[in-house]
Amino acid sequence: MTRYITRRAAYCALSLLLLSLTIFFFVRVTGDPAALLVEPGASAADIAAIHHRFGLDQPLWVQYGLFMWSLAHGDLGQSFYYQTPVIDLYLSRLPNSLMLAGVAMVFSLLIGIPSGILAAVRVGRFWDSAGKVFALLGLSLPSFWVGLVLILLFSVYLHWLPSSGAGTPLHLIMPAFALGWYFAAAHMRLTRSSMLDVLGSEYIKLARLKGLPEALVIAKHAFKNALIPVLTLAGINLVIMVNVAVVVETVFAWPGIGRLLYEGITFRDFPVVQGVVLLGGAMIVVVNLAIDILYAVIDPRIRLER
Amino acid sequence: MAREPLLRLENLSTHYISAQGTRVVRAVDEVSLSLNAGETLGIVGESGSGKSTLALTMLRVLPPAAHIVGGRILFEGEDLVAKSDADMREIRGKRIAMILQDPMASLNPLFTIGNQVAEPIQIHEKTPRSASWTRARELLKAVRIPSPETRVRQYPHEMSGGMRQRIVGAIGISCQPRLLIADEPTTSLDLTIQAQYLNLLRELQRAHGLALIFITHNLGIVAKMCDQLAVMYAGRVVESGSVSRIFNAPAHPYTRALLGSIPHMGDPQHRLTAIAGQPPDLAALPRGCSFAPRCPQAVDRCRIEAPPAFSIGEGRVARCWLAREVNTDRTTLAGAV
Amino acid sequence: MSAPADVITLPSPPRTARRRAIRLGDIPIVPAAILIIIALVAIFADQLAPHDPEVGKLTARFKPPFWQSGGSTQYLLGTDQLGRDVLSRLIFGARVSMVVGIMAVIVAGVIGTALGILSGYLRGWVDQVIMRITDTWLALPALTFAIFLAAIVGPSMWNIVIILGVTYWTRYARVIRGEVLSLREREFVQLAIVAGCSKWTIMTRHILPNVINSATVLGSLMLGVVIITEATLSFLGVGVPPPQPAWGLMLSDGKQGLMVGYWWLTVFPGCCIMLMVLSANLLGDWLRVKLDPQLRQL
Repeated sequence: MTRYITRRAAYCALSLLLLSLTIFFFVRVTGDPAALLVEPGASAADIAAIHHRFGLDQPLWVQYGLFMWSLAHGDLGQSFYYQTPVIDLYLSRLPNSLMLAGVAMVFSLLIGIPSGILAAVRVGRFWDSAGKVFALLGLSLPSFWVGLVLILLFSVYLHWLPSSGAGTPLHLIMPAFALGWYFAAAHMRLTRSSMLDVLGSEYIKLARLKGLPEALVIAKHAFKNALIPVLTLAGINLVIMVNVAVVVETVFAWPGIGRLLYEGITFRDFPVVQGVVLLGGAMIVVVNLAIDILYAVIDPRIRLER
Repeated sequence: MAREPLLRLENLSTHYISAQGTRVVRAVDEVSLSLNAGETLGIVGESGSGKSTLALTMLRVLPPAAHIVGGRILFEGEDLVAKSDADMREIRGKRIAMILQDPMASLNPLFTIGNQVAEPIQIHEKTPRSASWTRARELLKAVRIPSPETRVRQYPHEMSGGMRQRIVGAIGISCQPRLLIADEPTTSLDLTIQAQYLNLLRELQRAHGLALIFITHNLGIVAKMCDQLAVMYAGRVVESGSVSRIFNAPAHPYTRALLGSIPHMGDPQHRLTAIAGQPPDLAALPRGCSFAPRCPQAVDRCRIEAPPAFSIGEGRVARCWLAREVNTDRTTLAGAV
Repeated sequence: MSAPADVITLPSPPRTARRRAIRLGDIPIVPAAILIIIALVAIFADQLAPHDPEVGKLTARFKPPFWQSGGSTQYLLGTDQLGRDVLSRLIFGARVSMVVGIMAVIVAGVIGTALGILSGYLRGWVDQVIMRITDTWLALPALTFAIFLAAIVGPSMWNIVIILGVTYWTRYARVIRGEVLSLREREFVQLAIVAGCSKWTIMTRHILPNVINSATVLGSLMLGVVIITEATLSFLGVGVPPPQPAWGLMLSDGKQGLMVGYWWLTVFPGCCIMLMVLSANLLGDWLRVKLDPQLRQL
């Protein structure tokens, strides 16, 4: 198992390196990074000063070294707009993002898992078809549109829910729904297929041969097994949710990381944009590693194999 | 004395019917068999001949596409085909139990051995958890699992294949059923473990007065374990009767071919006869006898008309036009000697 | 091959079920018709649109659709905050979505297929490098990555095409590489090697034609994803720049009017996106079954 984990960790480190290279490379290949690093409307002298200050007049590999050096120290640069370090901004917004993603995840699982199980148990019949339609809609509707329609319905016409901002649990309902919508469909699809796999297995046949009631066969023997891949995916999806919430957070003015990214875009605050993307990618790579390790600990087959 | 057998199948048919109803696979077709209490019946045939479907039909645990389209399953005088689902659940695991082929796959990886062995006891006998776990430990001891006290708390992946199959056996006998159906229980085990397992099954059978149905493609196991034999081909029982009589004088050409394909120990002269051709497509069976295309003795009638099940004496049945004549030949021969 | 009789007697329930359930998407006439109509609208936008999509009359702002009070048949689906005709903008928006969607899928497909073939056929360090990059990029949420790229290159329609291509090629590379790995063991490739064909010839003449099917299927499945991403980028202000009419941009503009009840500014473009993506997904699903049953798990 140690060898397995070492190898996964090495891959993870390599991925992080590639991630930093990608971002470094793209910024420099698409033009003068100084143009992105100065505040809009800066003079030529300012740009020259920036060149010198960030070492942009040095060879590329030195620049990359400097870039990595400051990254290693948790320095992601200074936000032009807020005049504070990007990392501080990021950390101050993270709890909000996690809260939104957490609620959206609970919501997506509460819808996705039962409907996926229903579709698998009633395979080929009405509920299965209904589930297919739901999954298709979930994957085809852009989340910002779902958000706008929700606002129209529950804020403009019904006056039930606040249309934007944060503070009360009521503020969370619509953004969480809009964000969880797509993932509910994804979780439903996976639950269905994993449940079908499990229902076709020999141990389910044996459970039926034991004379167990069908409800017990499904609730006890099938459910737990079918849930493993779904929960794995949910773990990764939680991190992805934090990082794709930009649209939903924009629609509902939710003060999370996504909103920070949007502000970074609108205020042409490049250090913020770069920092959010970099940290988001790093978060996903690291969580993937954590899940791989967790898997190795939980699943004896992987533990023994590697 | 003709006492009522424990199990009697009468013209039992199970077909797989595709969703559109256009394709019908006759997996089990007009099967009639009987088995007395405490006896062992072997069912042999190639893979795809409908043996496993027949076993699952007897317990009515069939995939959604499979339907029992006719016949009766008389178990202790009651027709299982007519039973409600709830009544069938009372019978499964309690009065008829089954052991599946693959010991690796038939235990749930996420529950302890004790949980899975005690489960049918809790369900069928409504015993409290502690009592059923005590029973589970006794059962593990009965199937020769060393230190059952620790084993009950372990998970399937912590056991070897042979041990897992014995655990599946323990689940089978947990509620003291009258009939145990074993579907190729030893195919995935090593040869030495196979022998141990077969001995164990025989002991359990004697100890509990079990009737046993043994599904296999291994005629050696049939010779060792079984009293009665049914040979299946393309969903039908082509020959049935007592093992010794069939082995001595097989009546159906298919049975003869099967027996001819076993290697004989210490007889290098004996040639292995392979059966030419492929088993038929069960969705498009030939009009006549389904074995006719591969049968060396087939006559014109075999290709036109499917033979009915002929009773050929001594409790034997064969589905072959030639069976009666063969049989008569032999009796006259025996008379002459 | 396992004995066919075995498969016939005991079909596993999930398999039959899957085959049955897919029939829901088995009639691609409606989605195909919708896509064709959108494509025709995109092509003949100049002839079809009743008004200039980029210039409005400030005297005719926020007019509702014609069936509501205050609406007129002059502006069938109403007007926006600059008095521009919503219908005309939707019609020209179809052009943006179609062009960006199809071009981005092609760009991603060409990059991904080329790298997938190189990776799968040459193996060794080439494979290692390409696959490491693919894995890393796949781990990043595509949307965040696209936003990052859009933020550094600046908004324009063709930039978006390239950005989406650069973001999504990884998905092709993965699948195509897998196919090539098995193709290169096949007899016709082995024969070509024995016959002394160059690597280039083998890759372009023997391997490429055999992976085109999969690439097409993937492309059709990607179309919906790409269209949503384009709309999202435009919605966030890093996609197609105003005043060009893109559906995502229209939604973004319409957002402000939402609270006062100007519903037509968001509902119509949203419905257009939904219809197009839904049709693309249905068609992609159908193509997947039709062209390449092995890709079903995707």
